[in-house]
Amino acid sequence: MLGRVRRALADVPRDERPQDQPVARDYRRTHGDRTHAERVGLLAENLADYRADVHRCGPAELPALIARLLAERGARSVVVPAGLPPEWLAEADVERLPDAAENTARDLDAVDSVVTGCAVAIAETGTIVLDAGPDQGRRRITLVPDHHICVVRARDHVVDSVVQGLERLDPAHPLTWISGPSATSDIELDRVEGVHGPRTLEVIIVEDAAEG
Amino acid sequence: MSRTYLGMPGSHPAASRAPFPEAAAASTQDAQLRGNLRHATHTIRAKRAKAVAELDDWGALRAAGAAIKDRTLRHLDHYLERLEESVTRAGGTVHWAVDAAEANRIVTRLVQDTGEREVVKVKSMATQEIGLNEALAEAGISAYETDLAELIVQLGDDLPSHILVPAIHRNRGEIRDIFRERMAAWGRPAPDGLGDEPRELAEAARLHLREKFLSAKVGISGANFMVADTGTLVVVESEGNGRMCLTLPETLISVVGIEKIVPTWQDLEVFLQLLPRSSTAERMNPYTSTWTGTADGDGPRDFHLVLLDNGRTDTLADRVGRQALRCIRCSACLNVCPVYERAGGHAYGSAYPGPIGAILTPQLRGVGGSLEASLPYASSLCGACYEVCPVAIDIPEVLIHLRERVVEGGEVTLRGSKAVIKPAKGHAAERAAMRAARWALDHPGALRGGQRLAARTRRFHPKRLPGPGRAWTDTRELPEVPAESFRDWWARTRGERGEK
Repeated sequence: MLGRVRRALADVPRDERPQDQPVARDYRRTHGDRTHAERVGLLAENLADYRADVHRCGPAELPALIARLLAERGARSVVVPAGLPPEWLAEADVERLPDAAENTARDLDAVDSVVTGCAVAIAETGTIVLDAGPDQGRRRITLVPDHHICVVRARDHVVDSVVQGLERLDPAHPLTWISGPSATSDIELDRVEGVHGPRTLEVIIVEDAAEG
Repeated sequence: MSRTYLGMPGSHPAASRAPFPEAAAASTQDAQLRGNLRHATHTIRAKRAKAVAELDDWGALRAAGAAIKDRTLRHLDHYLERLEESVTRAGGTVHWAVDAAEANRIVTRLVQDTGEREVVKVKSMATQEIGLNEALAEAGISAYETDLAELIVQLGDDLPSHILVPAIHRNRGEIRDIFRERMAAWGRPAPDGLGDEPRELAEAARLHLREKFLSAKVGISGANFMVADTGTLVVVESEGNGRMCLTLPETLISVVGIEKIVPTWQDLEVFLQLLPRSSTAERMNPYTSTWTGTADGDGPRDFHLVLLDNGRTDTLADRVGRQALRCIRCSACLNVCPVYERAGGHAYGSAYPGPIGAILTPQLRGVGGSLEASLPYASSLCGACYEVCPVAIDIPEVLIHLRERVVEGGEVTLRGSKAVIKPAKGHAAERAAMRAARWALDHPGALRGGQRLAARTRRFHPKRLPGPGRAWTDTRELPEVPAESFRDWWARTRGERGEK
């Protein structure tokens, strides 16, 4: 096939290198100049616009908030990534299933909720990105349970744009970009939230008092 | 009518190979279809315009997208080798398929090697193009489509009619009927008393497919992008069925056209902005998955990448036509096209409907068939497709280029070899008329004489042309001949100065 490709490109000079074909990158790195607070505000706004439930709290309030969200949902069991800070679930009265290679999809289907951190959150598009890091776990644990609580540490994770987000991500890790709960527009191009992925996505944005 | 599967694109039993005008003549009479299409395309059109307007650097992103794709295409051999290296290094296995039949053989063998008889599929244009599901069925393997629209199409024994929303030709009532009647034959039946609210229908699909996802051992996907440097594949989706197929099975097979390469990880920053806004008119689609080979204990243990040519190198050989390979399958051109809106997707006779299909299909398959030769004419050349294209494919330019090829014939690359094609038969009258016009315009005396004769006999002119010209007047009125030609009027009112 490479022979076919080369014959098809007979018009390209033999000494032309890929970089001789110019690519002007004069698009913006970010779409707007924002303070940290504005950036976090935009993230919250865009997440909510695509039907994620957004909550904001300080670090001290996080365990109580997670416990409340799980209780309101009626969740009795939760999948826990190996590196999730233990204090996050300290106040939750639920059965914990540690993320492990031997958990089957069916095991996960029997669990109510999952709680994770994230790798990056992109304000301009309302996107959270998981990179299978220790506080996020295997990709399937945020897929099969119907309820996902994702904790964003504003200071560490929030960037303005897709350009900045990609820079911080390592392609060697399997990535999942999430912008709102699963959705479809396949019926008359009407957007319906909640198909195969978790139908409820709750994002908790954690800010230090100093950040406000 | 039963047909043997030939491993050729478009040989789905229901696939029409009729020329576009014949297929469109039928579909434009379908008021339901036209109503569904009009509603859907107008909705998405307005949303897209709004999503694009949010970015004031859209023009720069579009130019960068086109430039990255051009760089890749001009050095495709280099990037393909690089991709093979990086995918292999990351634990994947790369296969090369020169055409549909070879790709289908490879995938069938890979599935058979696992011992499984069922696979789950993510919506993929490439596997639609090569007729993979039919080929797997021949080998006794059931392929379950898991995208909602593809499910509707599969259950309805139908064909996709839109790149992004394959069941765009079906409204909610029709979808409810298909689910009620057909789901039970494929697995979990539709819930009792299923209504026609999109929310209820989506829920029915969730329940129906859940069982398949949880037990699937083999997943088959395409990919939106492949990063040559890193060996990373990218799938952009909305429903989560993609994530299910990409992460739950033990074996993942991705069939991807060779033009889907981008050189670097950084290049994704352009396409992940261009694609969602152009296709679903969102800032970002709900789910994007990227994976590089295999990961320990997370996702499939075996990953196979099947790189597909199937006419792409033939397309690449055409210096004007190769820009069609920039396409990122967003479907914005379909949604703005007045011809697509009225004719619907099936009239285009391939996996690629609309303006992009009108330039892609005749290049991937060659213009030898009557359908393929008719597609470059399935356009009013209004240019709306070019305007919305996020990678600036000049579709009207390629359409005109392909019309010329159909009418004049000439040298092309067909299945990897140089070939000379003859001028198409149906265009003999057009060529004769053009030759006559050239002669008349070169002979002013004859032109003048002819014009005067036409003016004097104009009472006797028919409304429709006789003989081979009849087809032309089927859809057009003959222009009225004026009582006096412009040249005569000029000579009469300005004296003889204008005449020599």
